[in-house]
Amino acid sequence: MKPIKMEEVQQKLESFVNKDVYVHLETTNGAYARHFDKKAYNVGAYIRNAKVQFSRAKIVGEGEFHRVGLKMDIGWIYAEGLTHWNVDDEGRLIMAGHDDVGRLMVAIQIGEKPFGQ
Amino acid sequence: MEFNKHKHVVIIYPHPDDESFGASGTITYFREAGVPVTYLCGTLGEMGRNMGSPLFANRETLPEIRKQELLEVAKVLDIEVKMLGYRDKTLEFEDKDKVAEHLKSLLEEIAPSLVITHYPGYAVHPDHNALGAAAVEAVKRMDSDKRPELWAQAISNDRIEVLGKPDIVIDADPIFDKKVQAIKTHRSQAEAMIKRMEQASESSGENEFRKRMRYEGFYIWSFDD
Ligand SMILES: [Zn+2]
Repeated sequence: MKPIKMEEVQQKLESFVNKDVYVHLETTNGAYARHFDKKAYNVGAYIRNAKVQFSRAKIVGEGEFHRVGLKMDIGWIYAEGLTHWNVDDEGRLIMAGHDDVGRLMVAIQIGEKPFGQ
Repeated sequence: MEFNKHKHVVIIYPHPDDESFGASGTITYFREAGVPVTYLCGTLGEMGRNMGSPLFANRETLPEIRKQELLEVAKVLDIEVKMLGYRDKTLEFEDKDKVAEHLKSLLEEIAPSLVITHYPGYAVHPDHNALGAAAVEAVKRMDSDKRPELWAQAISNDRIEVLGKPDIVIDADPIFDKKVQAIKTHRSQAEAMIKRMEQASESSGENEFRKRMRYEGFYIWSFDD
């Protein structure tokens, strides 16, 4: 994973426009948040291999933190806090946001082939 | 604690690294006493959020990385590992009955004298609680004359308040280097945590890592029949 370069990510995002694609979207603060801090809450959600089409895709951001929005016919897909990206061997776009010690906080991944179960 | 009175120990935890953080001291003592140890590892920790520090993994590469770390730790601790193929964070949604039968069939094959798992309801992570519950159920379903002893590990902050002091406390201090080596073998998962511990040690002036990792406590499960 490397720090996000907006122009390169934008180009990759556009390669998926108006195609059937598979999306992995996730956010988490881990299963131990409340164990270590009584005032914290365990929250997380993920959806793996949602099959969608979007007509617009855009990455925006300031400094190291970025947001991605995907516009679908009847809705949106959104992720905030993205810091790193990569394209894997299958040509899938892998993006994630990490805290200062490398722990994943949010991820959005798009591919023309589904992600492993 | 007479470690050599056991003939085979099976550890049942859901994540690669649970064995190192939770029981690598205990495992080391059993191995030193010549007792075989088999680790039934529920998942590959696919949904873990630690990606290395500095970062080297991502959501898609993590399962293979953690699998390799697990195989490596099997060499470090000199144990056999069997991967059960469930998916991280989903164990509590599986059919408990099926998971229990799956574990029971493995236990009947291995025929251990001792099973170590998480204490259901007191193990913080939903996977720990779910697999612990299935493991307790599996052992319970075994014929009472073939049934191994069961030790349950609790992690929750309220464990002593609710469950009392653990029946068995293993002090890993004499072999702590081995425990550290096992934990560090799970590089993707341990690096961030070790950094935090080093920072905490600097401010408290104590070895926080040793303090938190030294004792491994277990409750002996009683089956009423
Ligand atoms: Zn765990």
